Amino acid sequence: MIPTRDAAFTDSTTLPVDPLGRRARGWAGWVTGLAPTEGLTIPWGEMERRLLEMGFVEGARVEILHEGPFGRDPLAVRVDDLTVALRRRDAEVILVCEG
Amino acid sequence: MNGPAAPEIALVGCPNSGKTSLFNALTGARQKVANYAGVTVERKEGAFVTPAGRPVKILDLPGTYSLRGRSPDEIVTRDVVLGRLEGEEIPDAVVCVADATNLRLVLRLVLELKAVGRPMVLALNMMDVVARQGGRIDVQRLSKELGLPVVETVAVKKGGTAALLAAIDELPLLEDPPSEHGWREPNATEIRAAHAEAARILHDCAFHPGNERLTRKLDAVLLHPIAGVVVLLAVLFLMFQAVFSWATPAMDLIEAGIAAAGGSVGEALPDGMLRSLIVDGVFAGVGAVLVFLPQIVILFFFIILLEDFGYMARAAFLMDRLMAGTGLHGRAFIPLLSSFACAIPGIMAARVIENRRDRIATIMVAPLMTCSARLPVYTLIIAAFVPDETVLGGLGLQGLVMFSLFAAGILSALAVAFVLKRLVWREAPEPFIMELPDYKLPAPANVGLGLWIRAGAFLRRAGTVILALMILIWFLSSFPAPPEGATGPAIDWSIVGRVGHFLAPVFEPIGFNWQIVVALIPGMAAREVAVGVLGTVYALSATGDEVGQALQPILTAEWSLPTALSFLAWFVFAPQCLSTLAVVRRETGGRFWPTVMFVYMFALAYAASFATYHIAGALMR
Repeated sequence: MIPTRDAAFTDSTTLPVDPLGRRARGWAGWVTGLAPTEGLTIPWGEMERRLLEMGFVEGARVEILHEGPFGRDPLAVRVDDLTVALRRRDAEVILVCEG
Repeated sequence: MNGPAAPEIALVGCPNSGKTSLFNALTGARQKVANYAGVTVERKEGAFVTPAGRPVKILDLPGTYSLRGRSPDEIVTRDVVLGRLEGEEIPDAVVCVADATNLRLVLRLVLELKAVGRPMVLALNMMDVVARQGGRIDVQRLSKELGLPVVETVAVKKGGTAALLAAIDELPLLEDPPSEHGWREPNATEIRAAHAEAARILHDCAFHPGNERLTRKLDAVLLHPIAGVVVLLAVLFLMFQAVFSWATPAMDLIEAGIAAAGGSVGEALPDGMLRSLIVDGVFAGVGAVLVFLPQIVILFFFIILLEDFGYMARAAFLMDRLMAGTGLHGRAFIPLLSSFACAIPGIMAARVIENRRDRIATIMVAPLMTCSARLPVYTLIIAAFVPDETVLGGLGLQGLVMFSLFAAGILSALAVAFVLKRLVWREAPEPFIMELPDYKLPAPANVGLGLWIRAGAFLRRAGTVILALMILIWFLSSFPAPPEGATGPAIDWSIVGRVGHFLAPVFEPIGFNWQIVVALIPGMAAREVAVGVLGTVYALSATGDEVGQALQPILTAEWSLPTALSFLAWFVFAPQCLSTLAVVRRETGGRFWPTVMFVYMFALAYAASFATYHIAGALMR
């Protein structure tokens, strides 16, 4: 179903790793990890588990399908075979790489 | 196996999994909707008989992605499944519903449910869609991998639940389900491991070519930064135009029917107290409320349709940033939109919001959304005072006024939320993470059943609370009777008349006459009653036998335009009905928030009416 997951991982060591929250519509790549930021409004353990439960696990394929009409926020992100809406500030904790 | 009572099955699944349509398919109209003891989470129980002839009870639990329980709804699901919710039976078995086109997240939930250790079946719903899209699922292998029976269902087709019913018959049910369970809250590492396991199973057992083509095409328009907003506004506008104009023929029919029935009953009865009670109290009062059934049905039709189609989540997506500006959550949009039908389901829908303060802020502004109970008031006043003309190239002026009343409610809700969240609490926003489900064609049977339940609830209210109030109001406005030879309308002498006259000076600055003041008091019980009371008050104060006369021309003659506008403004903010306050008290767990709500809405209503009355008066001079 996700044919090139392993290939993407081996390549990712050389690719820059950035927060998903700073990407624009049309961008696609892979989740490389979750990391807390300063602007968290709930405990990190809770935030991490919420994102994991919605499918933001390491190796998940992500693509930004849409941006909200006001301030290009929130994002509609395809996560593997599911579409999830989340705000840019919450997407800051999702680290991704291109590919 | 045959326990002392029918076995109880818990129906669990992710949000948007088609769980409710499966529940409807299994139980039909045999459903009981109530609340769980102590919390206001909706409890939907149904019953059915399996092919083997075994009666079974089934509980439709709130949708959830995990058993961790982050909101009151999800906590109920967790506690029922674990068998530790007070007042609930320990379930004999669990049926987990999965949207077969989207298995990844639900497989992780299945693994969690398996750890609980109850007899369980996984129902792959919407298998017809998978086949149509060219996907396939190796059901036998999936069953082997998961170690539990897996069946295919098509909830929206007749006979689509046969395999599930057969599987339920096969379940090894215990006489006394044990209260202990093997579940504990997973940590992040365990969630990752479960995801890896789910991905492996999915890879081995299912192939899906990607079902999002149509959804992607639709989203390209519906989530487009400009087109999407235009469509959203158009949908809302269409909704309100439909409520105002499509309902008219049906309303005319009901009105005529009630008038005819009241007339013939009136003729059959001897002149006197009983006739007055039946004709002036029951027929005039309840009839004035019943006539709004078509509008309420149309409004719910739109809301149920949009929800089933998957558009509600898109609306939340489009509005999130604007809502965030006020400190509210994009998710608050759905409870607020439901509040257009009635604030009570809206307030209860606020339970999907995890953060308590977000939830309270949403609850506090929900009654500012124009609920269907206010429609009768708006409709009456608009029809009486706004000319039926078209402006701006084809837009109905009456519909436009209606739209602006709704808009006033929305804007004030956003303003109040802003004050509460940003100025009173000054707090940081909660994360907003929400699934955007694939679009689905709503199943007519589901929409029909939903409408049936809603219309039934409205009619029961009209038949009980409203009928009782009408009789009470009739009594209060008929006694004491005027003395022999008294002049003027009889109601002037009654208790209602006296209270109205007594309170009139308080409301005089906002242009209300005593008849309006009288209508406001029982309007607290249910807002639509205000119209019925106006009907009763004016019918009774008419000296002749003009009971059957429609209220509208009376109001046109009796009220000035500033008074009518002030009355409309009052109802934009009108202190919400008693049942709303009761629900707020239950939801927030105390008297504090309902008191705040009552006081702030009363103050807003008074201020808005004052301003409207005086500005309109000055403009007309």
